[in-house]
Amino acid sequence: MRYGLGPEVLRDVSLHLAPGSFHFLSGASGAGKSSLLKIIYLACRPSRGLVSLFGADISTLSREALPPLRRRIGVVFQDFRLLDHLTVLDNVALPLRVAGVKRAEIREHASELLRWVGLENCINALPPTLSGGEKQRVAIARAVITRPQLLLADEPTGNVDDSIALRLLRLFEELNRLGTTVLIATHNENLIRHAFHPRYHLSGGELTGPFRVAPPPSPARVASAEGPA
Amino acid sequence: MMFWKARDLALDADPARRFLPWLVAMIVYLASLALSGMMSLSAAVDRWDRGLTGTLTVQIPAPATGTADDAVARALAALRATPGVESARVLGADEISALLEPWLGSGTLAGELTLPRLIDVRVRAAAAPDIEGLIAVVRAAAPGAVIDDHKKSLDRLIALAHTVELVAVGIVVLVTLAAVATVIFITRTGLAIHAGGIELLHLIGAADGYVARQFQGQALELALKGGLIGCVLTAATVFLLGRAAAALGTGILPDFALSPAQWGALAAVPLGVAVIGMVTARMTVMAALRALP
Repeated sequence: MRYGLGPEVLRDVSLHLAPGSFHFLSGASGAGKSSLLKIIYLACRPSRGLVSLFGADISTLSREALPPLRRRIGVVFQDFRLLDHLTVLDNVALPLRVAGVKRAEIREHASELLRWVGLENCINALPPTLSGGEKQRVAIARAVITRPQLLLADEPTGNVDDSIALRLLRLFEELNRLGTTVLIATHNENLIRHAFHPRYHLSGGELTGPFRVAPPPSPARVASAEGPA
Repeated sequence: MMFWKARDLALDADPARRFLPWLVAMIVYLASLALSGMMSLSAAVDRWDRGLTGTLTVQIPAPATGTADDAVARALAALRATPGVESARVLGADEISALLEPWLGSGTLAGELTLPRLIDVRVRAAAAPDIEGLIAVVRAAAPGAVIDDHKKSLDRLIALAHTVELVAVGIVVLVTLAAVATVIFITRTGLAIHAGGIELLHLIGAADGYVARQFQGQALELALKGGLIGCVLTAATVFLLGRAAAALGTGILPDFALSPAQWGALAAVPLGVAVIGMVTARMTVMAALRALP
């Protein structure tokens, strides 16, 4: 994958996300995490190679066939991409409006989700009046409101403190338990250590993994290991 | 959905869009004026055609000495004896003065001039006489008589009217193209301003038609507003022109009063421009979105 005539930002990448799986994608800034996510959420096509999504080879699909596929993907953008003239509620409801859901249902779903992410008091606020963390939660709520089959998050905890980051992680895990496949791109090692989900790593445009993150040994096992020889 | 107030894209805030109603108002005003002028002229030509078909005017010049009474009497007799002539009537001095009044004004001037005598001849539409034969008959009875069947002047008038109609059609076509170009320009400006929002909608699964509806709905609204303004201005102008023409009462100017059907045609102009604006906005957006993956 390359942008225009620039250097290759991704090469020889082979990534398979099993339905219902939860993965992290780590790597330093500029390693190609966002580019890889862009390919998966169909914002761009790779210069060469095969992308198969929900069982369909993307290169064989017409443009008209892509919007329904995109509606099955929730994306948390690194820069939030909230629409400043719309209220928090309308921003969160956007994917439902695009999907043609009835207005009454939209309001109910969006309000419920905003309560879930702790923004029930900001329903009518405009994004420019929100803090970075609040914007991030709005962006996450928008990404998950349609209960997507695949959730992609690009540095979703980049603007929040550790406690909120862990709360958001629990939200992603709850979605995952409901069947959503989750891929989180992050360089927050603390977050990765807390979750024990397999991780892919990108470095210089090359992908390695998945690496299993083992949970820390339980106290009983530690005692056993340290017992009398 | 078309008039959903909370639009996903903040199109209402675009500076260029605020001018659209006024530009459309001017476009509709010009197009409607051209159309109403064309319809008035067309109606006038029809009236002239109907009024002059089946009539002839015989002019008997005044002799250098004496009167033309004898020549007039001979010509009248010859005309009335000709098959196909329905009636022949000598116009009185008052009627001739009334005909000259638009050019010479009222007063005594017409009475002071030596004027030819005029005979108004009506021929049967079903069995009109041969004009060349009629001319020969009249000239034999009244040498020097001039016969005008109005064909030449009517043909010139109709040709002129058709030219003016073509010019009016040209104006309508040009202002329509101006409307299309304006909407394309404003829509492209909107696409550039809202590129981020459009990309977001695209990525969350909005079909091209969903994004296009945002633009086309607003274009329709703004064009209808502008069209209404243009329509009111046109109605006022046509009404005032009609009153001014009626006040002149000369018959030289075409009658600017429009029939209900013609008013209906004028009312369709802003609707037509609004629909053109809507379709243009949609096509512009759809063409631009095809560049996205």
